[in-house]
Amino acid sequence: MSEALKVPTAAEFLAQGKQPEVLFWVGCSGSFDDRAKKITKAFVKLLNKAGVEFAVLGAEESCTGDPAKRAGNEFLFQMQAMMNIEVLNGYEIKKIVTACPHCFNTLKNEYPELGGNYEVVHHTQFLKSLIAESRLKIEGGKFKGKKITYHDPCYLGRANDEYEAPRELLEKLDAALLEMKRSKRNGLCCGAGGAQMFKEPEPGNKDINIERTEEALETGAEIIAAGCPFCNTMMTDGIKAAEKEGKVEVLDVAELIANAEDL
Amino acid sequence: MKILSIIVFALILVAAVGLFARNIKRMIRNIKLGREVDRSDNKKERMAQMLRIAFGQSKMVRRPVSGFLHVVVYIGFVIINIEVLEIIVDGLTGSHRIFAPFLGGFYDFLIFTFEILAFLVLVSVVIFWLRRNVMNIKRFMMGELKGWPKNDANYILYFEVVLMSLFLTMNATDFILQTRGVEGYAHAGEIYGSFPISGFIVPLFEGMANSTLIIVERAAWWLHIVGILIFLNYLYWSKHLHILLAFPNVYLAKLTPQGKFTNMDAVTKEVKLMMDPNADPFAAPDPSAEEGEPESLGAQDIFDLNQVQLLNAYTCTECGRCTSECPANITGKKLSPRAIMMKTRDRLEEVGAVINKEGEWKDDGKTLLNDHITTEELWACTTCNACVEACPIGIDPLSIIMEMRRYLVLENSAAPNELNITMGNIENNGAPWPYNQMDRLNWANE
Ligand code: SF4
Ligand code: SF4
Repeated sequence: MSEALKVPTAAEFLAQGKQPEVLFWVGCSGSFDDRAKKITKAFVKLLNKAGVEFAVLGAEESCTGDPAKRAGNEFLFQMQAMMNIEVLNGYEIKKIVTACPHCFNTLKNEYPELGGNYEVVHHTQFLKSLIAESRLKIEGGKFKGKKITYHDPCYLGRANDEYEAPRELLEKLDAALLEMKRSKRNGLCCGAGGAQMFKEPEPGNKDINIERTEEALETGAEIIAAGCPFCNTMMTDGIKAAEKEGKVEVLDVAELIANAEDL
Repeated sequence: MKILSIIVFALILVAAVGLFARNIKRMIRNIKLGREVDRSDNKKERMAQMLRIAFGQSKMVRRPVSGFLHVVVYIGFVIINIEVLEIIVDGLTGSHRIFAPFLGGFYDFLIFTFEILAFLVLVSVVIFWLRRNVMNIKRFMMGELKGWPKNDANYILYFEVVLMSLFLTMNATDFILQTRGVEGYAHAGEIYGSFPISGFIVPLFEGMANSTLIIVERAAWWLHIVGILIFLNYLYWSKHLHILLAFPNVYLAKLTPQGKFTNMDAVTKEVKLMMDPNADPFAAPDPSAEEGEPESLGAQDIFDLNQVQLLNAYTCTECGRCTSECPANITGKKLSPRAIMMKTRDRLEEVGAVINKEGEWKDDGKTLLNDHITTEELWACTTCNACVEACPIGIDPLSIIMEMRRYLVLENSAAPNELNITMGNIENNGAPWPYNQMDRLNWANE
């Protein structure tokens, strides 16, 4: 690691009488999962580099309630939502960025009716706007000509119609972007959504992540780009199952950009 | 003779339309068994969505082969129905090609177009039949189509073939009768209509005497219109209800992002009460707020689904595009979003049959959950929305799955054990894993 990460909390901003430009919603996976923590850090490096005045909630953040809601536990979801909304509104948060499409979808679509109104963006959308504003520059050199295929997370793609932001970022790496047989609005789920991440799958003849990983491998890509910590886990497991570890890597779009920058 | 045929025609027409109206009324009654849902918003956007997706078939053509063939049959169906209008007027007045003198050359053009379309429909229907029965396309071979659904699909194709053939036979014989100047068909030397397709089958009939020809022509005419009326009454029992319901169904479909699930109001009230420090947890519920029986949370039966979801069930064409995109189904799980829709309709019909028989709903000891849809199917869903995206006519199988999961969890506490653990973690630690919420920022220093 080159420099220590600067990760101020919303409470620290408040103590200084300041408002963050944007709140980075880290999410449970980004906070606790070893693989996802790397994505979190890569994104923070980019935020630091671009000089974004962001804050995190730290220990005041709690699960958005997405897995509970999709598992059918509306009660627990709304409890979580109301608690989070109280915290967010307490800090008068206006804009939220998150690297998790599940948090993104829930915060953006399901919190407003419960009293939480924020501008919510996915980290790929946020990075795209940083580049458009020339606050961040991507040097493609390192990935020039590398074969990358992008896996659309259901909750970013179909659920919220964002297919282009992550692809535009990848194109800036000068990589060769390959599309899978099923992509964009026809993209196949990695198998983690709807709280499936937390349970064994029902009996069948294959695991969904294996099917999806095979599709990704068919493209001949050396890197599978993901935009969701859960997809990342599922695809990484798929790569292990296909015994392609070390040959094919699963990386978040933010990690790719941070790597290109040698951050 | 003429009067008699007019009377018979009128009677058949009235009976057929009456029967059809009765079926539609039953269908509406059944749909109204569901909960009310307000979709009176955004009229313009809804209208545009209907024009694009239902009328314009924009999602059909995402699969180019079946999409194109379907568009042909659809256009053929809609346009050839103009001819049905003339047949009905002819039948009721005892006239022959009553529109011809008014429309002149345009009439010839119309008949010309109808014939071309009839031919294209025939070709498409043959390809459809091959796709469904010979080509081993997975979504047409699946278990859930065994029996009635498969027969239903084929019957309609046979029906189309018969109707189109009758239409062409009618035109061919009529043409010969017109040219021969037979009374009742001749129009002072003028030939009404233009027959690019039936012209080819004219030689088949040319050897016939006038009297035989008249019998063939009349038989074709009668069978054609009676066939259409039978088709009309067949709709209610068939996946072909979509030719009517696709339009309202797409109009009423959800407009918000696919990822946005409903927030349950009943739960919001309870949660707000729990979180309000001033609320008295032991206060008696406000009696004025209680209207009748409290609704169950989530859906156990069709009564707990909303009316759009029930309309969805009647609208489903059983095409299986949803299922062929479903990650759970692709990987061999029991879940099939098409089957979710078919089972919902089956249950709705089962309930409707009780009401038809008893005059009102009497509990039959069955429910949609368990008797039709199993929990194994429900828990296999990843909520990925692929089914919703794939459906060409705005059906949302996922919303039914979600309502039923809600019932399982909120009313029955019947989630799979691993999910109970996950939810326990969220409740206690604010994360689906057993980590301490206080450690949420540890990554920054690792
Ligand atoms: S939302 Fe559920 S039912 Fe629909 S395609 Fe995805 S997994 Fe299948
Ligand atoms: S829900 Fe839609 S896509 Fe699925 S079978 Fe019915 S009509 Fe076809």
